Amino acid sequence: MHALRHIRPGDWLTLLSGSVCVMWLTLSLWSGELADKAVIRSGGKIFREVPLSRDQSIEVPGPLGVSLILIQHRKVRIASDPGPRQYCVRQGWLEHAGEIALCLPNQVSVELLGSHKRYDSLNY
Amino acid sequence: MQDRGSGIEDREEATAPNSVRGSILPHQSSILLNATAEDHHIARMAAVALGLTVLEAAIPSPLPGVKPGLANIVTLIVLARYGWRTAAWVSLLRVLAGSLLFGNFLTPGFFLSLSGALLSLLVLAFAQHLPSRWFGPVSLSIYAAFAHIAGQMAIVYLWLIPHAGIAYLIPIFAAAALVFGTVNGLIAARFMDNEETKQFGVP
Repeated sequence: MHALRHIRPGDWLTLLSGSVCVMWLTLSLWSGELADKAVIRSGGKIFREVPLSRDQSIEVPGPLGVSLILIQHRKVRIASDPGPRQYCVRQGWLEHAGEIALCLPNQVSVELLGSHKRYDSLNY
Repeated sequence: MQDRGSGIEDREEATAPNSVRGSILPHQSSILLNATAEDHHIARMAAVALGLTVLEAAIPSPLPGVKPGLANIVTLIVLARYGWRTAAWVSLLRVLAGSLLFGNFLTPGFFLSLSGALLSLLVLAFAQHLPSRWFGPVSLSIYAAFAHIAGQMAIVYLWLIPHAGIAYLIPIFAAAALVFGTVNGLIAARFMDNEETKQFGVP
């Protein structure tokens, strides 16, 4: 074809890597439901519902003490918890809707919600 | 102040009694800007880019922000023929004059164009050093298009809509950048080719 004459070998490489980049972006951004807000529960009752747009740290009181929840760059984690086994702390950052971290001894949980719920719960 | 003002006027009339019919502008002065040939050239190319921008505004777009970016063809040609400095002048003048023309100077739309133009110029500054035997205008155009959209998305996310929801639009913008970047690069390559053949007298 006439126009293809202007495409040099490296240009094909650029085109290929550009296509891979677009495909990767599509797969990664359109697959998982991004979370909008975090629901923090304490003792089974909703303690607070916070949007993920603002970075903040929230102290949640429980029977054992205070659990510290961090919101940063649209991700949530439990930074510290008085529980003995620290499962919820070691779970790390949560970012997709449906993900949940439970601190059972302290009866604190944080769950991420998106615009619609695809899963009841996600765990890895 | 008023005394001084009238004093000047008096003197003006005294020194030039029969000047141009009562002198409409008593303190008329002209500022002479010495424009070099390069300035004229930059202005001419920026005008061409501006024309393409206006032309492009008439093309309906399915999504705000998805535009062919035809003016980048001019930037690419200028970059190849006159270097990065001239290309930066042409590109930024086009953004500024375009915003004045469309009446969105200093509005979010202006800053979107500006951030896109700045980032793609930055990327072009590096990409122009790629070996030209392997990487032609098509590569440069694609890199610039991706940089353009990256700059715009950064402004949108950091300033206008700090919400993760805009991430959904990124694949669309990226795909558009790839397609239009390729097409613009091909057009630019075609133009440069024509110019070269003309220079050597080959039809």
